[in-house]
Amino acid sequence: MKRFVALFEALDRTTSTNRKIEALAGYFREVPPVDGAWAVWFLTGQRLKRLVGSRELRAWTAQASGLPDWLVESSYQHVGDLAETMTLLAPEPGHEADLPPLHELVEQRIRPLAGLDEEARRNRVLEDWAHIGGTARFLYNKLITGALRVGVSRRLVTRALAEVAGVDTGILAHRLMGDWQPTPERFEALISGEADEDRDPSVPYPFFLASPLEEGPETLGDAAAWHAEWKWDGIRAQLIVREGELHLWSRGEERMNGRFPEVEQSATSLPDGVVVDGELMAWRDGEPLPFSVLQRRIGRRKPGPKTLAAAPVSFLAFDLLEHDGNDLREAPLDDRLARLDAVLGDAGERILRPPAVAFEAWSELPALRASSRERGVEGLMLKRRGSPYRVGRRRGDWWKWKVEPYTFDGVLLYAQPGHGRRSNLFTDYTFAVHAGDELVPVAKAYSGLTQAEIEELDRWIRAHTRERFGPVRSVEPVQVFELAFEGISRSKRHKSGVALRFPRIHRWRRDLTVADADRIEDLERLLAGMQAGEEP
Amino acid sequence: MSADNLLQPSEGGLYCRAGGFWIDPLRPVERSIVTHAHADHARGGSGEVHTAREGLAILGQRVGDSDRHAGHDWGEPFVLGDTRVTLHPAGHILGSAWVRIESEQGTWGVSGDFKRAPDPTCRPFEPADVDVWVTECTFGLPVYRWPEPAEVVQDILEWWDGCRAEGRPAVLFCYALGKAQRVLAELAHRTADDGRRAWLHGAMLPLVRIYREAGIAMLPTTPVSEARRGQSFAGELVVAPPSAAGSTWMRRFPNHSAGFVSGWMKIRGNRRRRGYDRGFVMSDHADWPALVDTVEDMRARRVITIHGSGEALAGYLSSRGLDAGSWNLRATLARDGS
Repeated sequence: MKRFVALFEALDRTTSTNRKIEALAGYFREVPPVDGAWAVWFLTGQRLKRLVGSRELRAWTAQASGLPDWLVESSYQHVGDLAETMTLLAPEPGHEADLPPLHELVEQRIRPLAGLDEEARRNRVLEDWAHIGGTARFLYNKLITGALRVGVSRRLVTRALAEVAGVDTGILAHRLMGDWQPTPERFEALISGEADEDRDPSVPYPFFLASPLEEGPETLGDAAAWHAEWKWDGIRAQLIVREGELHLWSRGEERMNGRFPEVEQSATSLPDGVVVDGELMAWRDGEPLPFSVLQRRIGRRKPGPKTLAAAPVSFLAFDLLEHDGNDLREAPLDDRLARLDAVLGDAGERILRPPAVAFEAWSELPALRASSRERGVEGLMLKRRGSPYRVGRRRGDWWKWKVEPYTFDGVLLYAQPGHGRRSNLFTDYTFAVHAGDELVPVAKAYSGLTQAEIEELDRWIRAHTRERFGPVRSVEPVQVFELAFEGISRSKRHKSGVALRFPRIHRWRRDLTVADADRIEDLERLLAGMQAGEEP
Repeated sequence: MSADNLLQPSEGGLYCRAGGFWIDPLRPVERSIVTHAHADHARGGSGEVHTAREGLAILGQRVGDSDRHAGHDWGEPFVLGDTRVTLHPAGHILGSAWVRIESEQGTWGVSGDFKRAPDPTCRPFEPADVDVWVTECTFGLPVYRWPEPAEVVQDILEWWDGCRAEGRPAVLFCYALGKAQRVLAELAHRTADDGRRAWLHGAMLPLVRIYREAGIAMLPTTPVSEARRGQSFAGELVVAPPSAAGSTWMRRFPNHSAGFVSGWMKIRGNRRRRGYDRGFVMSDHADWPALVDTVEDMRARRVITIHGSGEALAGYLSSRGLDAGSWNLRATLARDGS
């Protein structure tokens, strides 16, 4: 654990990417694999789930510090991070005990918390706090409360590991895919300089992600060198058939086997040794259904016949990454697409190959993009015909050119502090529109303002608070913001009766007053126009 | 606020009717007592200004009007209206005072800003009995517990040594009045005679000079403005106010490491949001334990919190059986629309 604490301090004490990679690589080179495995696991965003509840932890913090519950609560609201609050409030140990190695702490102290009853759990945590102080305690608290977000992205960890292994980051990213388990063997394989021969056949390839196109497509050069297709609003997924087995992975690296039986059924006729990249979409009679329909399938591990009938799903294939067991990712897109057509020849009806968007000149694209909404797509994808299938979000070969979002003007009604970096600023806002004589909340948004605007708004919120409900403050309805969103559907869970998709702040409309804000009827008109599906 | 209160919030400070004066008003008044020269306590334009003799030079530099400033010695009472006023060291910065007012409405103490931790640049806080203790509360939550200043100075020194080893400028941000001089004085004790110097931002110069004239030993300093063309700051310590962060002035220090010395650095989110590489937790204010202990040291039967998270401290003291409340001084400015 000492090494891990030193690594965290090194990462926390710099804002430079190169220094962070240097610190990570230095750590991975020296660390025993039993500990390195856990470090990779936590640093790439994995966490131990359901160990202790936040309510319990706050109660124990009050107990350890001798402070009243309400003062622990006020402190938490001020700090904004529970792990840090607990670290700051519980008394420091009188003497610094030797820290156990990371794997021992995780496997013998932290992970077993899940199986203990409340009293045993409390005794265990209070005992650990009595021995572990300072930064080590902060990390311990981070591990028992969930994700260890310490200013290091998965990409950075991948780059550092690749440097240690002496292999390409793409290979390393691939090694981290799938059900990566924190065992010493896995860690050794991760930093091995040798070729990956006997890879687990279920492991997907790292996804290649498109970047948003900020200027017009004509900036991309010769139109003939580009392939266009619709951008589907579903779940990005990889369909793998290897050694007679089928695997379905989401972009979030979640294994989705069993969740989309109609797709799996259609995939049985695919040849062995193929990996197909595509999008899971709610789909009926040759038409896409809104994302809100697909949402009914997300999280259903074993959908019943009723759900399957109400929300049917298809897999829209758009790339081929492996053919006859050979990695195709270096082949040009045109070749991969030609092979994809051949491979899909025998697939069932729930695996589709949507046609390319034909165009000859860039000037044809704006009108096509403008038709996105009526086609039920998010916009256009532009892919360079000669490009390989890359790893992660690399600019240059894949661009997404999304349709302009919907917008409305809403009134700021509630605010609450953010987390982590934004822990003592009000950064989470709720916006409302007029409905009759009142204002009804319709959207929460967390992003879209500059740092300077966030700070200015924070000061305004503090000075114009009406009421406090725990960390949430209601404010005087004065400030109007233009919000953008991607879609709208009916919702019985929201007082307003509508749910917006991806709401975010577009602009602070200082020029508008509350009277100028939109009305719920304006949103309902959009809803009617979209013919969105009902939420169950 | 009952009518028998000796003090009441007014003009962003506290008004004493019996004495006919304000303490730390933020708007010009006829007669005031100024605890210290920080901008949230001292503003120019008042008629008659009483302050600690040790703080006269700094106050004059900050707000001007020095012909209207009357300096008082520590512990020497003076009469204002129907009250007897005494200034005692508050330990916040050079010349900072807390105010003790004796009157028919009892004895009140107004803390100004204060701390209890050792500081080589000023006299330590001196407690005395009061009936009512009006206390600042800038860091009035139990998450604020300061580490030993000696440890923090050691951390700063190790960080500077690290920068020297890597050939990077070490840019240390701290408030221009008080913190900068405290850090320079602490560093002088630690690096005696090894020839180290620090570079100073222009905003620091007059205040550092006043501290030197008061006999405070500090690290030798050179203004950055006197650096020759093409001067390399690799491995050098540069002391600058937080307002310089992100300014074009910083372009002189490529590849620098940025540190900030402040009590706010106790919270990780504060440091990360501002993008400092290092936060050094050293404050010129009392931390939570010191706020609570000082109430006891003053043997006050009633406590009023002002400035900062006052509600939490007042609530905590109430839960321990004290008569405690919180006053909002800023509200007295907002009410009439300024």
